[in-house]
Amino acid sequence: MTETTGNLHVMNRAALTKRLVAGLKNREAVIGGIGNSNWDLWGAGQRPENFYMLGSMGLAAPIAFGVAIAQPARRVFALEGDGSLLMQLGCLSTIAAQAPKNLAIIVWDNGIYQITGGQSTPAAQARTDIVAIARASGIASAAWAADEAEFDVLVARALTTDGPHVIGVKIDNEPGRNQTDRDPIRFRESFMRAMAEPV
Amino acid sequence: MSSTAEAAPTWHGILRQAFKDQDVRLVTYVPDNVLRPLIDGCHADPFFTTFSCTREEEAVGIVTGACMAGMRGVVLMQTSGFATLPNALASLPVAFQVPVVMVVSERGTMGEFNPGQAIVCRTMRPILDSMGIEHHTMTRLDEAAFVADRTIRQAFATRWPACLIISPLLSGGRK
Ligand SMILES: Cc1ncc(C[n+]2csc(CCOP(=O)(O)OP(=O)(O)O)c2C)c(N)n1
Repeated sequence: MTETTGNLHVMNRAALTKRLVAGLKNREAVIGGIGNSNWDLWGAGQRPENFYMLGSMGLAAPIAFGVAIAQPARRVFALEGDGSLLMQLGCLSTIAAQAPKNLAIIVWDNGIYQITGGQSTPAAQARTDIVAIARASGIASAAWAADEAEFDVLVARALTTDGPHVIGVKIDNEPGRNQTDRDPIRFRESFMRAMAEPV
Repeated sequence: MSSTAEAAPTWHGILRQAFKDQDVRLVTYVPDNVLRPLIDGCHADPFFTTFSCTREEEAVGIVTGACMAGMRGVVLMQTSGFATLPNALASLPVAFQVPVVMVVSERGTMGEFNPGQAIVCRTMRPILDSMGIEHHTMTRLDEAAFVADRTIRQAFATRWPACLIISPLLSGGRK
């Protein structure tokens, strides 16, 4: 695991989302963030344990946290863009305070609001270290993934050790590859049915 | 069943009992002075998982997630906090039809001293109405149990968010 941003390999959201999903064997819940995070989750293969939001930018981690509170036996992942997390940074303190053992937040940090035209985020302009924010918020298990191998190690840790965990990933500026359907009722129903299944 | 039933009834004791009766176990809030006895009562009662959030939107996200995973929840806030919510409500619990229950302590009316609160207060019911979120303003202690129980019950039966507005007529407002 890597503590600073100095020597991070720039990776790809679609490829890493596939890697993540391929390693999920126990009906883990995955909450996709607005836009690209969702689209690459969709592209990684649809599973009923995935939840694809609409316009509630910044709420992937809170939604995942809610799932984690309700079901302590199930591992829960939030996939969130850097711009989205910046909009709801306080949730890191809320999560740290409640310390859900089964929650992991993956932050896709491209330094831009890709989907709205690629404008740089204030955090990128200011060289804000999002993983350091998570750690300073009280989430001790917060680290950058330096490369794909380290990403795998951090995901394995999130699947096997007590959280909450935050995994920061520097990604390229590729847009999400596959748009989701826009069918909230269907998504909610299938997600709820999946959550009703034992882990 | 609890001591709340035997002691002189209070609006907050009645609300807490209504949460229990409808199996609402997760209580999230952004603090409000009027809501203090309700917040304190929930914290003190091990039936509930109770914690503060940094923003009302965050609480709506948490309760939406918990509800979809089988744990019913409520968001407690004041009027100004509700006014931060339209996008989160429209795009999440309303669009996905998840019964997020909200309890709003009404500030900005009946002798408000803060002009900002007074203006914000006027936005609340139009926002709720525009999304078709049923809301009831609780003004009387003798009706409180009925209104709270039925509103929460209907939210879960019809899978739609609902909002209980605690009027200063009931709570006594901010002293
Ligand atoms: C509250 C709110 N403000 C603005 C938007 C518009 N918006 C949608 S996606 C987005 C950018 C998301 O950025 P990020 O999370 O970094 O993901 P990326 O597009 O870079 O993958 C914005 C500004 C919105 N949906 N909701």
